[in-house]
Order: sequence, then structure tokens, then C-alpha cells
Amino acid sequence: MKVLSKIYMVIVFALLYAPIIVLVLFSFNEKGSLNQFTSFSFYWYKELFRDATALTALKNSLYLAVASSVLATVIGTLAAFGINRLRSKYIKTAVRSVTNIPMMNPDIVTGVSMMLLFVFAASMPFLPIKFGFVTMLIAHTTFNIPYVILSVLPRFAQMDKHLTEAALDLGCTPAGSFFRVELPFVLPGIVSGLMLGFTLSLDDFVISHFVSSPDFQTLPLYVYTQTAHKVKFSMYALCALMVFAILVLMLLVNFADSFSVGKAKVKRKNKTKTEVKENG
Amino acid sequence: MNKRSFLERFALVPHAVWSILFIVAPLIFIIYFAFTDRNGNFTFANVTSLSNYANIFGLSVAFALIATVICLLVGYPLAFFISRLKPSKQKIMILLLMLPMWISLLIRTYSLMTLLDNGGLLNSLLNAVGFRNVQIVGTAGAVILGMVYDFLPYMVLPIYTSMSKLDIRYFEAAEDLGCNGWKTLRRVVLPLTVPGIISGITMVFVPSISTFYISQKLGGGSFDLIGDTIERQFMNKSYNVGAAISLVMMILILISVAVMNKFADDDKGGQLIV
Repeated sequence: MKVLSKIYMVIVFALLYAPIIVLVLFSFNEKGSLNQFTSFSFYWYKELFRDATALTALKNSLYLAVASSVLATVIGTLAAFGINRLRSKYIKTAVRSVTNIPMMNPDIVTGVSMMLLFVFAASMPFLPIKFGFVTMLIAHTTFNIPYVILSVLPRFAQMDKHLTEAALDLGCTPAGSFFRVELPFVLPGIVSGLMLGFTLSLDDFVISHFVSSPDFQTLPLYVYTQTAHKVKFSMYALCALMVFAILVLMLLVNFADSFSVGKAKVKRKNKTKTEVKENG
Repeated sequence: MNKRSFLERFALVPHAVWSILFIVAPLIFIIYFAFTDRNGNFTFANVTSLSNYANIFGLSVAFALIATVICLLVGYPLAFFISRLKPSKQKIMILLLMLPMWISLLIRTYSLMTLLDNGGLLNSLLNAVGFRNVQIVGTAGAVILGMVYDFLPYMVLPIYTSMSKLDIRYFEAAEDLGCNGWKTLRRVVLPLTVPGIISGITMVFVPSISTFYISQKLGGGSFDLIGDTIERQFMNKSYNVGAAISLVMMILILISVAVMNKFADDDKGGQLIV
């Protein structure tokens, strides 16, 4: 039984990794071929770095990920603080349910619904919205906020209320106690929310696909347009680089805080479900 | 503390405004566009025209269901085996499972396509051992395989999470009371991991039924799923029909999630939710 279970695990993981390993391997293939490895070279990587569009897309992706995750972290942290202090259970449930909508809905629905909003807004003479950085920033911030709230809220809930009271007794203003007592306590949640938002934003394709414009392309959108028709070998190099980046990022996160951030993606969704149940 | 501070009062305001503008309003626009024509007049034409898309809906549901069932059949034993490893090994396996989740779906699908393609590695390996080329890309099997490959980790992780919470003494008790391995699995492990199974099913089914990249790449253009249809409608600026299809898909998903959650709760004493 033990041997069988090991064989099973090895097979599933081998299948899971085979395509990615092949892709990374063949990105070093000098001849642009997928079935014959001729010789090891960095040719396609050099080609990639000569591609100005790819570099712009990378820059756009990073800008957007930083901006949207920071904005979402500010709004989400404040919201978590507010939700924690809400007294009415009904309002709490209502706020949490609305917050969870972007996580429960399929990405394509979130994407097209925002597209409709922006199309409508653009048709209004007094709202000159143009598809591009602004619409992308709004969309990414919107899907990041719930993840920030779900990282930060448990920390607020864990916090001893007496700490705030003590701070107030000792002469802190409420704002002072927020910045000097509460914020430091929830900081780990804020950091993991920020990192989660950053990676989700970098990774997002579906929602971006509907709210972007050709003059503001992110890396996933660039990969999409490049892989739409013919196989392009510099794309293999780009994909391989992205895989390496994620590998490094995950190892870092794992060392930093024994993989709570990485697991979050699934855990959060699970959590929302159980919470919805408890409240319902 | 009787008086609420300024911060307490207004901390929720930015989030509330943001949610109303960018979560609630867009959903209202889906409904609005679904029931209006190009000029903004009220109409049922979009919704009634959906009967033309019945096979697309059927095909998408079928593909997503098959992919979900395969994920469950493959993923459940995997989660079980991982949960029985030593804790240090469990951690490594879960990390290995999560890594593909963080790699862009585009890259994973694209790499699978290049591996299976006509001139791809798999076919040249087959040729090398004397078989003929197998046309994989463009078949229904390829699309389903793509869904399974892309979303399998989303099935395994929640199941693993609920398994790792199981008390090891349950197994011992079951054994003491005369259960063999299979019976323990069926009567102890399976019922206790239903919540994990349910959330795994949701997390595989929802992205599978709404995907468009997988069917575009691995279906070779011969399969039109709901996701593809929505995407095409919106890219061609035919917002009204697109909105109607999205609305129906959203309702479909909400209902199936609600039904599933009801099943999950029946096991624990039957409270109704959603």
C-alpha cells in the first residue's frame, strides 16, 4: 500500500510538471523546434529582451501590481477595522457578502460586468473614462480588496480589546491608538494581504482582458496576444522566466513565513464559504 | 466607550463607496444590458435569443462536469496519500502542489498545448517508438484534459486541508471497532471530508465552466463553450447578448453552488444556506 501510494503520487506530480518542465527546457533550445533539442543557448532570451513591447508590458504589470495592491491594502485595512467594530450583525453579514462577490463570481463575469460599467461611463459626456491604466487599476483594486480584508480581519478579531482601552486610558487619541496599537498588531495580516494582492494582480489575465486597451498591455495580456496565432519561441523564454520568478518568490515567502501566504489563495475561498454558512 | 471615534465611524466608508461603485453597480449593469437593446430600450429579445445557445450551455456544463469528476477521482486519493505522509514531507508536497497554481494559467495551458501538439514532443516520442501521429489538440478530450490539468490543485488543496484536520484517533477507533482500510475510508474519512470535497468541486467547476483560453488553445477552435461565446460577444461589442449569457451563467453557477452547499449541510444536520 505504501509503495503504491508513493507510485501514485510520483505519477500525478510527474504529469503535473511535465508540460512546464518541457517548456522551460525547450526555451533553451537553439533551433526553434519543439521535438528536437539541438543545442543549449540563450538565443530566445536575447530575442525576448530585444522586444520593446515585452519590456513595456513587464513595466506596466509591475506598476499596476504595486499601485493596485497598495490601494487595496489601504482600503481593505480600514474596512477590516470598520467591520470589526460594527455592532449590528446584519450589517456585518451584508458587508461581508458584498465583499465576497468578486471571489465567488467567475472571473469572466467580474470582467465583463466592469467592462459594461466602463462602457456606460464612457458614453456619459461628463465622465471621460478611457480604457487603459485607470480602468485596469480600478478592476485590479476591486478584486484585491476582498483578499486584503480576509487577511487582515482575523488579526483585528484576535486582538485584545483591552489593549485599545489601555491606550486610550493612557492618553492616546483614538487615531493615535489606531496607528500605535492596532496597526502594529495587524501588520502581519497587512503584509500578507499586500503580497497576495501583488501576485494576484501580476497573474490576472481574464479580468484584465476585458478592461484593458491595446495601449496598456500587461504581461499576461501580452502572452495572450502573442500565443493567439503562431507559436513564438521567445514566448517560451518569457514563460520560463515567469516560472523562475514565481519559484524564487515562493521560496522566499516560504522562508519568510511558513507558507501561509501561498496557501491563502485556497484557504481564503474555503473560509468565505464556511463563514457564509455560519452566518446563513 | 460610548462615543465612537471619527475613525470608527468612517473607516468603512471608502470600502462601502468602492463596493457600490465597482461591485454592485457592474452587476446591475449586467442586468440592465441583458434586458435592453442597442439603443437602451427595454426588450426580452436577448434573453429569448439564448435558446440558440442551448447546445453551447449543454456542452460547457458537460465538459465542466466531466473535468470536475476526473479531478475528484484523481485528487481525492492524492490528498489522502499526502495527508498520511510525515509532516515535513507533507509540507514539501503541498508546496509542489501550490507552485503550478501560481504559474499563470495561460502559461500552463500553452505548455500543455505545445506538448500535445502535432509537431510536439509527445507525438515525436510516439513516432520514435513506431506509432503514428495522434491528433490530440482539437478533440474534446484535449479540452477536458486541459481543465483537469489546470484545476487539479484546486481540488486537492481543500480536500487535503479537511483531511489534515482529522484526528488520527478516528482511524484507530475505526480499526479497533473492526473496520478494514477500505471501510475506514468509506465510513470515516469520506463523510468527514465532505466540506473539503464540496469546496474543491466548486473551485474546479466554476473556472471550468467559464473558461475560454483552454478551449481556444486545446480545442483548436472546434469547441465553443460559454466562456468563448461571452468573450466573442464582448470583443465584438455586442454587449447586450453577452450580458444576457453572463447573467444566465451567473445564475446557473449560483444555483449549483447553493444546491451543493445544501448537500454538504444535510450531512451535518441540514441547515439551508445561500
